Order: sequence, then C-alpha cells, then structure tokens
Amino acid sequence: MSAGTTKFRRAQSGPRTRGVDRRSFLKTGVAGAAGLVIGFYLPGRYEALAAAPAGTSEPAALNAWMRIGTDDTVTIIIDKSEMGQGIQTALCMIAAEELECDWKKIRTEFAPAAKEYFNPAFGMQGTGGSSSVRSSWDPMRKAGAAARDMLVQAAAQKWGVEKTACRAENGVVLHQATKRKLTYGSLAEAASKLPVPDGVPLKDPKQFHVIGKSTKRLDTPDKVNGRAQFGIDVRRAGMLYAVVARCPVFGGKVASFDATKAKAVPGVKNVLQISSGIAVVADSTWTAMQGRRALDVKWDEGANANVSSESISKLFAERAAQPGVEARKEGDAAAALAGAATKIEAVYEVPFLAHATMEPQNCTADVRAGRCDVWAPTQFQTMAQGTAAKICGLKPEAVFIHTTFLGGGFGRKAGTDFVIEAVETSKALGAPVKVTWSREDDTQHDYYRPASYAKMAGALDADGWPVAWTTTVACPSIMNLWFPGSIKNNLDPTSVEGVENLPYSIPNILVDYQLTETGIPVGFWRSVGNSQNGFFSESFMDELADAGKKDPYELRRRLLGKAPRHLGVLELAAQKAGWDKPLPAGRFRGIAVLFAFESYCAQVVEISVDRSARTLKVHRVVCAVDVGRVVNPTNIAAQSESAVVYGLAAALHGAITISRGRVEQTNFNNYPVLRLDEMPEIETHIVPSEAKPTGAGELSVPPVVPALCGAIFAATGKRIRRLPIRPEDLA
Amino acid sequence: MSIQFILNGKTQTVDVNPNMPLLWVLRDTMGMTGTKFGCGMALCGACTVHIDGEATRSCITPISSVTGKKVITIEGLSPDRSHPVQKAWIEIDVPQCGYCQSGQIMSAAALLATKAQPSDSDIDDAMKGNICRCGTYQRIRQAVHLAAKLQGAPAKAANRGADESEEQALAVETVEVGGAV
Repeated sequence: MSAGTTKFRRAQSGPRTRGVDRRSFLKTGVAGAAGLVIGFYLPGRYEALAAAPAGTSEPAALNAWMRIGTDDTVTIIIDKSEMGQGIQTALCMIAAEELECDWKKIRTEFAPAAKEYFNPAFGMQGTGGSSSVRSSWDPMRKAGAAARDMLVQAAAQKWGVEKTACRAENGVVLHQATKRKLTYGSLAEAASKLPVPDGVPLKDPKQFHVIGKSTKRLDTPDKVNGRAQFGIDVRRAGMLYAVVARCPVFGGKVASFDATKAKAVPGVKNVLQISSGIAVVADSTWTAMQGRRALDVKWDEGANANVSSESISKLFAERAAQPGVEARKEGDAAAALAGAATKIEAVYEVPFLAHATMEPQNCTADVRAGRCDVWAPTQFQTMAQGTAAKICGLKPEAVFIHTTFLGGGFGRKAGTDFVIEAVETSKALGAPVKVTWSREDDTQHDYYRPASYAKMAGALDADGWPVAWTTTVACPSIMNLWFPGSIKNNLDPTSVEGVENLPYSIPNILVDYQLTETGIPVGFWRSVGNSQNGFFSESFMDELADAGKKDPYELRRRLLGKAPRHLGVLELAAQKAGWDKPLPAGRFRGIAVLFAFESYCAQVVEISVDRSARTLKVHRVVCAVDVGRVVNPTNIAAQSESAVVYGLAAALHGAITISRGRVEQTNFNNYPVLRLDEMPEIETHIVPSEAKPTGAGELSVPPVVPALCGAIFAATGKRIRRLPIRPEDLA
Repeated sequence: MSIQFILNGKTQTVDVNPNMPLLWVLRDTMGMTGTKFGCGMALCGACTVHIDGEATRSCITPISSVTGKKVITIEGLSPDRSHPVQKAWIEIDVPQCGYCQSGQIMSAAALLATKAQPSDSDIDDAMKGNICRCGTYQRIRQAVHLAAKLQGAPAKAANRGADESEEQALAVETVEVGGAV
C-alpha cells in the first residue's frame, strides 16, 4: 500500500460511525458470559479505554481491543486484515506483553468496521503501507496494561492487600507474600466493575519477554487442515453463486446483451446487468461460469479501445522529454550536468503488473431491508462499508463488514470492485450472493502496478564521484484514481517514492514527475512506487559506480554518510554476504539498499548465468533489514523471504501488456510467477534497534530487483533497464 | 446424474452435472471448502487432492471420472493435524496467507507416500506445480524434509501432542536479532 506518510483523509466513502459513549457502552454488556472488556468509549480516540462486562453479541456497539472471559480465555480483537503478513500474531504479542496473559489462552476475532479502528496512517480502517505494527503498537500496549492493572487491582481487593504486593504473570495474579493465586478469568467480573486507570506505566523494553522472541503464528493450525475461512469459503443459507462478465476494454460498457443462452444452462437462476457488467447467477460457481460462457454481450469499448503497451510507452517517452513537476530539488543539477567531467544518461521502463493473489477476488453480500452484511477478504473495511452503504441507501452503521482471512492481499484487496458487485447483485435479487472471480477475471481486471518510465542522468567529477542526479518519471497516478483531489500540483508521492527520497549525498539532485494517464486502472501493489523506482534508482546508482570505476558497495557506503540506518543495513548485508571475499568461479553478485515504509533494507543477490542457454539461477539472497524494534523475528524473516520472492517474480517474469485496450495475459501460463524450483536460499539479518517498530511486509520487494540486475551486469556486462529480464539480456 | 465416490473414507453420492469439476462439487455442492480454487487450469495446484493416492488437480477433474474412486482432501488427511506433513508445516510455521497450503500439503503428502526421503530435486519436481504467492517455498522445502524425518520416526511423532514442539528432536530454523535467520 501507499507510503506511510500519505493521509487518506479525503476518502470519498468514509462512514460516520457514531461514537459509543461510556453509558451506552456499559448498557450493552449484559447478555451472555460475563467478563472484562477493554475497549473504547470516546469516539476517535485510541487512548480512550472503557471496561464493561463482556457477552454482548452486537459487534458495532462493542468496539473492543480485548475481552477476558470468565473461562480464562483472552480474546484479542484484530483490527487489521490478516493476509499472510502475520499481523494477527504480532498484535497478540504486543497485547500479551503488557497483559501478562497465558499465550495458550489467546483467541482472536477480526474487528467489525468502525471508526474506533481507524488506522492513523490512512484516516480510515485499513491494512496497508506496512503500517500495522506501527499503528497498533501504542493502543495494544495501553489496552493490555490497563487490563492487567485492573485484574491486579481486583485481586488485591479480594484479598484485602495492597496492589503493590501483587503481580500478574501468565494469566494469574499472585500475592507474593502468601503465594495465593487467582486466574484472570476468576477476576474478570470484579475487574470489569473498576474504573479504567489512566496512564498505567508501560513496561521498560528490557523487561520484554514476548516482544522480540520468535513466536509461532496463531493461524497456522487452521491453515494446515483447511479450516481457515477465506472470503471465497463463505457460505450462507440460501446463497446464490455469481460470476460477472466485464468489458475486456478498460472503461468500456455493456451496449446490449442477450441472456437467452445463458439462462438455458441448467442451474442458472438469473442474468442481470450491474454497474461493472453482466452478473450470471446460478446454483454453483461452476454453473455460473458455464452460464457466462453462453452469454451474448455486445460491448461499447469506449475511449481506450486503441490503447496498447506500445502507445503507452511512446506517450511516456514524449512526456518524460518535458520537465515535470518538481518532487525534489537540491542545488543546480542542470548546471552540474552541463559542466561535468563525465555524464551518464539512461532510460528505464517497467510494465504494468498484476497482483495475482492466490485467492481470486470475491465477496458475499446479503442485502435486506435496513441492513446489509458483507463477508469479504478486504484490506479496507471503511471503504467496503461506505461503498455498500451508498449502494443500499443505508447508513454505514447498518452495513456490517465481516472480514475473513485474505488469501493474499498485496494491495489488491484494498479495492471495492468485488464488494460492489456482490452488494449490487444481492440487492437486486433479495438473496445472499457470493461473487467469485476467475483467475482470468483477476488477471484482466486488476488495479495494476503502474507501468512507469524514467529518464535518468548523472554527472561525475574528475575522480568519478557523483555530483549530480536527475530523474524524470512518467507514469499514471494511483492517488488520482483512488482518491481524486487528494494530490496537489499533479504530484503523486507514490509515483516518485523510491527515487525522490534518494539517500545519497549528491550535491545537485532534481527529481520531477509527469503525471501521465493511460486509461489502464492502477493501484497499490506491494511496495507501491518503490517497486519500480527502487529498480530505477539503485540500478542507475550501479551505472554511476561503473562509470566512475567504483565498487557498487563502496560507492554507496561513501555516499551514505548522512543516512546512518541505510548504511547500517548496507554494511550488514555486505558483511554477511562476504562482499570483501571473492566468489567461486561462475558466481556473480549485486547489491542494493532502500528505505520504504519507515524501514530499511539492503540485499546482496548471488547468481550464475548460462549465457548460451540464456538462463540464470539465483542462488542466494542476503537480506539485511532495520525495522526498528522487532516484535516477531521469525516473521520478519518470513516477510523478507516473501517479499524477495514477489520481487524476483516481477523481475524474472512479470509483465501485463495491453493490446486494443485489453490485457493480453489471462492466467498463470502467460502471467508466470516464481515457483519452488526457482527459489534461492534467502537469509535475513536484522539490525538490532530500539527505535519505534515499523513494518516489514513490503520493505524487501524493491531491493532484490536492482541487486539481481547488478549481478547480471557483473556476469554479462549488460545493463538491464527494462523489465522483465528477457533471455536476450542474458546472452 | 448421480455419482458415487469415497470421500475421506465415507461413501458419498452427489447428483450433479457429470462435467462439473470435482473442485466445485467439493466446495459448492458439499461445502468442503478446504480445497481451493486458484486458476481453473491445473496451473497453480491450490485445488490438489488425492485420487486413489495420487496428487490430482481437482479443478480439471470432471466428477464423472471420480466414480467409485477414493478421494482424500485436506480435511481428510488426518483427523487431528497428526499427518507428518501437517506436523512439519506447524513446526516450521510454513503458511503465510495460507490459501495455497491445502494444495501444498496434499502435494507433499503424495510425494512422501512414494518417496520416503526425497532430495531437494525430488521436492522441486513434485512441488513446482504448486504456486505460493507469499513465497513460502524455502519453508516448504524445510518442512518436506522434516516431514520425511517425522514419517520415518512414527513412534516418536505419535508420542508427542500436536501442540508440542519437535525442536529437541530436530534442528529447525532459529532467529536472533542481529544474527542469521
């Protein structure tokens, strides 16, 4: 998702969830099993905590962080979407550290959509921008500390002793002097009657015994026996199954359709027009797909029917030939280039990319009078809720978003397109409907990583040290499409992130941007602008190193004097990779370093190339990361491995190409991704840090691409300036 | 058309279009959603089940071809996550989003049923048809090797609870901040 600093406060469909005041909050908690609930009572304030007896079944009225049941279970409410990044486990670790609960008694629930769960990174409830740990760190710790304090207080009162004579440990409160013990469950009701304490001191990190310790994921057991419920697995009584025929050309519309043949397919129940196309509704997904195959639709292909990858590339080149809006300007790059001892120029280009989440897009909706329920693998609950409310003519509070596990997100599931389809179809039919996308739908109707074009120039002094750097980026704007009006002066920060924040001490820098719309929908793709700009900037850095006869590592090291955390990961990666030692014959390596989403990553990629077969093998990727204080080290490693694979897939295989306004790729046969036999050994090294924790989900995607291309240059002398890497690049 | 087959040890009869792929019979007709839809063309392996012991892509397997055969899905691999592959997957903490893992596990289980001690290249061959977009491949490799060990030591495996760690018996990845992962 987007850069951490981007505020999405202008979201067009934000709900106005009514704040739950303390009185109404307390009133809600009477039914069911009693216990202690720690949640909110003041609207929009993460710090505001309230206690109430647990047991209400009305999720919208009970926007809690955690519930402690009389049966000793601790339920942590997960307000972020779990899409593989391990956030469910990380949030529980953060809460458990302060709560001092028994890890084995922890359960989780995904939060409803409500204002209280707004992510400060976006100004709405959503998961992205590697913002989850950094946005939940404080509220989860505070909620855990408050609950623990109340449980200790309740025990002290029961025993008639001083609170300070008691302590909490592993789900029980102990009275040290008498060695008496009470479990949290037995104290939960008494604790719920106490006032919520303000400002309970948080632990000194030196006392941490959960945070920083590699911890197994809580969701693994249900992911090895088929029990984990993804959006696509949702089943409701009386549910119908739908697929949608959409115009193959972006921006096109239904001109006319004839449903006769589709309706003749046994099991097809209905065929109806919705805003995105024609929904075919049946008694199973497969039947709906058969019905769609039989459907006759004439499309009005609209304005994009002649757009192609070639026309887009040509447009980019024309636009990048003109100066764009300045994203960064230091010194006088033009003058420095004009007077330089050596001048290097290059053009880089990357294609659109699909997300290809393993779980295709899907959503189940049940629209009834006065209420709408949505079950979706969504990254952005607030947008899903607001969009559904608008379609149904309901207040957002009447739309209940049930977030499931996400079978991959990577930014794709921030979209509401699949939600709109399910809600419109359910509303029209008055029945619960599950819309499922095929892989072809998913490949051809994505919000793609923007294709992008960068014109680079650099100047070296007589000793080969860089003195000027310019980049002009031409690409479509994500923010312009998703949040119209949110960008100023036609400068989309996501279009230049990864080059605009170049960390090197170069006296003259100019980065400018030509917002260039193409008619192809673009969106947030794991690491967003960094995915392409990291490739452009770090590859060009290698070009400057080569032109100045410098070692790529040594040049970076020398220029990172004002960027200590960049330098830290760079040196760690180089050291662990043995950069100072020669490689075995036939092995080559490259290096890159990048900041993304408040975190830092450097990688060394080691390869061999068979130039006659025009193939390469990636043997080893050494990944060094600085993500501030680490919550779950093994998960940082898992995310590094995951991101490296995502980046390698893009570099080696990824291309969405356009012809006649359509995507040419359809499925994994012509949009290949990385497979197990291409998997290198990946090792992750973490820079010890006491800085505020930041994210790791996207961080390691960008550097692997330039590091790989640097290794190819070392092997072949050929500079890769266009992705994906083609066989002829390896000859 | 009425079709009978043996699903996870129980005889089942379904009345569906004979061309309907087993995947959709499992998921939509029978509500067995552990087997996943990923591509519909046998390209990604998310839908892998065992048919008469063989790893098979259920998304292109017409239900009519399954008549009388034994089908095992992820739900039927073991009643309690005790299959060596499941135990290894838990121990190595393989899944991320988890969506492809039913298929990964079924492919790995079929591999180990025919090859007790697979080499890395055996694993590559057997598992490269299963795509994981979260990139859990490194841990999949480790977990297949671990499952092979667990399978070879059934008594020891059986004596341990599903939740218990195998760490003492088998070296697995360790992580330290500042150190190699």
